Amino acid sequence: MSYITKPSARHPRLPSNAVGLTVRDYEGSMSTLCAGCGHDSVTAALVQAFFELDIEPHRVAKLSGIGCSSKTPAYFVSEAHGFNSVHGRMPAIAAGANAANRDLLYVGISGDGDSLSIGLGQFCHAIRRNVNMLYVLENNGVYGLTKGQFSASADIGTTSKRGEVNEQEPIDPVNLALSLGATFVARSFSGDKAQLVPILKAGLAHNGFAFVDVISPCVTFNDHEGSTKSYAYTRDNMHEVIETDFVPLRAEIKTDYADGSVQAITMHDGSVVKLRKVTEQYDPNDRSGVVDYLSETRSRGEIATGLLFLEAAGADMHGFQGTVDQPLVDIPYETLCPGSAALDQLQAEWR
Amino acid sequence: MQPTNTRNPDYYHKVVDCQWGCPAHTNVPEYIRLIADGKYTESYMLNRESNVFPGILGRTCDRPCEPVCRRTRIEDEPVAICRLKRVAADLRGDIDHLLPKAAETKNGKRIALIGSGPASLTVANDLLPLGYECVIFEALPKAGGLMRSNIPSFRLPVGVLEEEIDMILHMGVEIHYDHRIESLKELLDTGGFDSVFVGTGAPKGKELDIPGRQEADANVHIGIDWLESIHFGHIDSVGERVLVIGVGNTAMDCCRSSRRLGGNDIKVMARKSRPYFKASPWELDDAEGEEIEILVNHSPQKFVVEGGRLMGMVFDLVEWEGNEKGRLVSKKLGEKFIEADDVILAIGQDNAFPWIEKDIGIEFGDWDMPVVDRATFMTTLEGVFVGGDAAWGPENIIWAVEHGHQAAISIHQYCQGESVNDRPPQGMNLVSTKMGLHEWRYSNDYDANLRTEMRYEDLEARLADMFVEAELGFDLKETVREVERCLNCDIQTDFTANLCIECDACIDVCPTHCLTMTHNGEEDEVRQRLTAVAENTEQALFASEALPQTARIMFKDEDLCVHCGLCAERCPTAAWDMMQFDLLNPYAGQEPWPTTAATASTTSA
Ligand SMILES: Cc1cc2nc3c(=O)[nH]c(=O)nc-3n(C[C@H](O)[C@H](O)[C@H](O)COP(=O)(O)OP(=O)(O)OC[C@H]3O[C@@H](n4cnc5c(N)ncnc54)[C@H](O)[C@@H]3O)c2cc1C
Ligand SMILES: Cc1ncc(C[n+]2csc(CCOP(=O)(O)OP(=O)(O)O)c2C)c(N)n1
Ligand code: SF4
Ligand code: SF4
Ligand code: SF4
Ligand SMILES: [Mg+2]
Repeated sequence: MSYITKPSARHPRLPSNAVGLTVRDYEGSMSTLCAGCGHDSVTAALVQAFFELDIEPHRVAKLSGIGCSSKTPAYFVSEAHGFNSVHGRMPAIAAGANAANRDLLYVGISGDGDSLSIGLGQFCHAIRRNVNMLYVLENNGVYGLTKGQFSASADIGTTSKRGEVNEQEPIDPVNLALSLGATFVARSFSGDKAQLVPILKAGLAHNGFAFVDVISPCVTFNDHEGSTKSYAYTRDNMHEVIETDFVPLRAEIKTDYADGSVQAITMHDGSVVKLRKVTEQYDPNDRSGVVDYLSETRSRGEIATGLLFLEAAGADMHGFQGTVDQPLVDIPYETLCPGSAALDQLQAEWR
Repeated sequence: MQPTNTRNPDYYHKVVDCQWGCPAHTNVPEYIRLIADGKYTESYMLNRESNVFPGILGRTCDRPCEPVCRRTRIEDEPVAICRLKRVAADLRGDIDHLLPKAAETKNGKRIALIGSGPASLTVANDLLPLGYECVIFEALPKAGGLMRSNIPSFRLPVGVLEEEIDMILHMGVEIHYDHRIESLKELLDTGGFDSVFVGTGAPKGKELDIPGRQEADANVHIGIDWLESIHFGHIDSVGERVLVIGVGNTAMDCCRSSRRLGGNDIKVMARKSRPYFKASPWELDDAEGEEIEILVNHSPQKFVVEGGRLMGMVFDLVEWEGNEKGRLVSKKLGEKFIEADDVILAIGQDNAFPWIEKDIGIEFGDWDMPVVDRATFMTTLEGVFVGGDAAWGPENIIWAVEHGHQAAISIHQYCQGESVNDRPPQGMNLVSTKMGLHEWRYSNDYDANLRTEMRYEDLEARLADMFVEAELGFDLKETVREVERCLNCDIQTDFTANLCIECDACIDVCPTHCLTMTHNGEEDEVRQRLTAVAENTEQALFASEALPQTARIMFKDEDLCVHCGLCAERCPTAAWDMMQFDLLNPYAGQEPWPTTAATASTTSA
């Protein structure tokens, strides 16, 4: 942990975005994570994504559970709203907050322990409900905060720092998300911002649950030889299936790929996500095809990355519930809760 | 790009902008840290090693270090480097036992030093400890050159001046006052010297040949002669209305002196506008702070004399425009008479060598100046060296000092029968400053404070007496505040490529976007695709060896690094370390430093 705060000194020629902020205005407080933790790079990628999307900090709500990963909301967009929930319970809080104020941009940050061990049920239901949020799972294969026990995402055969071998089947959150009907499913690597930043931007623009599984090495407890979630292992085995480019609404779309290798998908807010296939025959709109493809690559020991599945149209939680467009928080209390006379009248209608 | 060789002393030296900018390569950040530690004596002695006159320079230095200070690229104002030097000089303890001493046993070589300005004094300072006999000839009754005769006491108290001159003279210099050398030939033929150093400065003030000059002579003064006369007590008053012609540093001393000698309507007359002024900005501020007016675009036309008395001057009012050749030419718009009792000419200095015969083997070049080698300071006559303002025209004290150091090296090599062309190399030390997990041997916390303002003696008290020092210096509180502004540019970010696991932590944390990991390329092109475009090509771009996992290169743009050490703090493998760089300057007679070694390096493995 560093004792000094990050110097206020800035590069004098830092560009400003459309809302007049520089990338440094999207930072949070100084990280207290271990030096070299992948989670800090995910934080930096988020900072970059918020900056590039011209997001006003007060329009953002950050939510998390417990874990090193769950600490990271403190390290970006310090002007945003935030809620640090009980271990594994962030999805419920996010769903509740979103129900009350559908106008904010919800960003949930979780870990493999938080989402796949203690919080698995919560995670699954948030996907089913299609809560409109960006959900980032900082996946390091261990419980970092409690000193490196295997988590539910630890691969068979991976070893702990002390040399024990994991023998239990892992939960692959990407697979899980696809099977539960997730509409935006991606996997990336904290050490590859060129890939991660556009994916995060697309996730923020997505209407619905945008799930990003980020391999984010735990430098202290899971970066050794024998680990399948180390920097070196991930670099050696990751395989980009889809290249993502995010084109915001106001930018003009320049390139047209005649060969059909690029698919331009218009998002709910008018921005466009361009997906370029690196692998022939891969179709990011074909849910069962993607599931098959991933199980194939997994059996070869490859880590498939990219925006793996996208279905831009479709209803989110508010769509399913048929709620009003206006955020509930903006509706006067008397209208939301018209009182016992109104209740009596309603009940009278049903008698 | 090829991997940067950080073990060449020039690489890290250049990162220490102030030290690189200082002609004598004073170790500024280290002396500032010593002040921060309350080690004023140590700080003074560190200064003295390279710049010889810390007390004098702490008040009067031209400060080439300040405009290049890294801080000016982060915010507007540099660290008050010069004024901190004065703090060390003012607060130091007894240093007698720390000063160099003349060697007990002489080496039998006698050196003549002509003139006793900072250049000659530095030569004596460096050669006496080696056993040389140094004999100074000085035309004036006292030593110090222009530092004494021209820099007014309100900027440089006589006590400070004399103390530092005496440190050298008391080592055992033989000095002959009121002894002008009229013939170099005679000195060479009959003096019995093994080598001669010419440190006679640029002693001739420029004339202004316009109508009325002769008639007005009684009330027209050559600036540098006039200041000298004030110093030696020959002049103690001036008329009420004074015109100072010229707007360089000499003009500033003339106008401010006039203010103290009874002048109350003082105008500095400039031919051009402010951006073209030669005076340092702080001297202009000081003059204006003493109610002196500076008039621009006034070109002197003639002196007006009536009944044998100077009435004033007529000026052409002009406007300047660039011509086709890019040179500025003036256009006359009108003219104006301005009343004056005295006029002081401060339009420049010339060299004058009527005393150097043309047939003794010293070649003369342009402007009737002796041809002097830029590195060795030797003339075309072996054994005769020139330095300070005498070499290539008026500069300043710190340049004269550096010339003195270099000439001393040459004189020593010459007298020992070695080639003067084999210049001893600079060396370097590099030592980790790591103390604990995230603790360093320097204060790495960035301090956003703006430059500390100088306080001045009350105006009335200041103007009443030539000997009252105008600047009050920093008090302890101001010192404590100002030292923290230094960015410790000598604490280098030192990189070991094979330790890096490419986690991005350093890149993400850097507050000024200095770092990038990317594939290699040509420097110009790489500069365009860094985390932040590296526009300032004056500043180096560091390139590492190929990184272990991806074979990318770690690049560091040195331009805006604030040496906060966060890259090293956030690095899990200590691939970055914060290492103190110590430039080892060569001086006369010293064992040569190792050329490329990073001695005592503790590069973590
Ligand atoms: C008004 C004024 C203000 C200045 N203020 C500053 C300042 O604030 N800061 C700064 O850095 N620089 C300042 N300078 C410049 C600085 O003083 C000089 O650059 C510096 O002193 C040059 O040093 P030097 O050793 O080359 O020669 P000088 O200091 O010029 O010394 C030469 C000496 O040689 C003697 N001499 C000359 N000819 C002979 C001879 N034939 N025989 C014997 N002796 C001889 C002279 O009497 C003189 O004492 C100022 C200059 C002037 C004119
Ligand atoms: C209810 C509850 N049970 C257990 C814990 C202890 N605990 C804290 S963090 C953590 C695991 C975090 O793992 P993960 O989500 O992967 O985060 P990481 O630290 O690896 O980023 C556990 C089990 C807790 N805080 N609360
Ligand atoms: S910060 Fe300090 S060391 Fe660096 S250039 Fe400025 S004064 Fe010199
Ligand atoms: S010391 Fe490191 S982190 Fe700090 S400014 Fe320099 S390169 Fe950036
Ligand atoms: S923090 Fe250290 S290990 Fe990580 S990228 Fe930077 S130099 Fe490499
Ligand atoms: Mg984890």
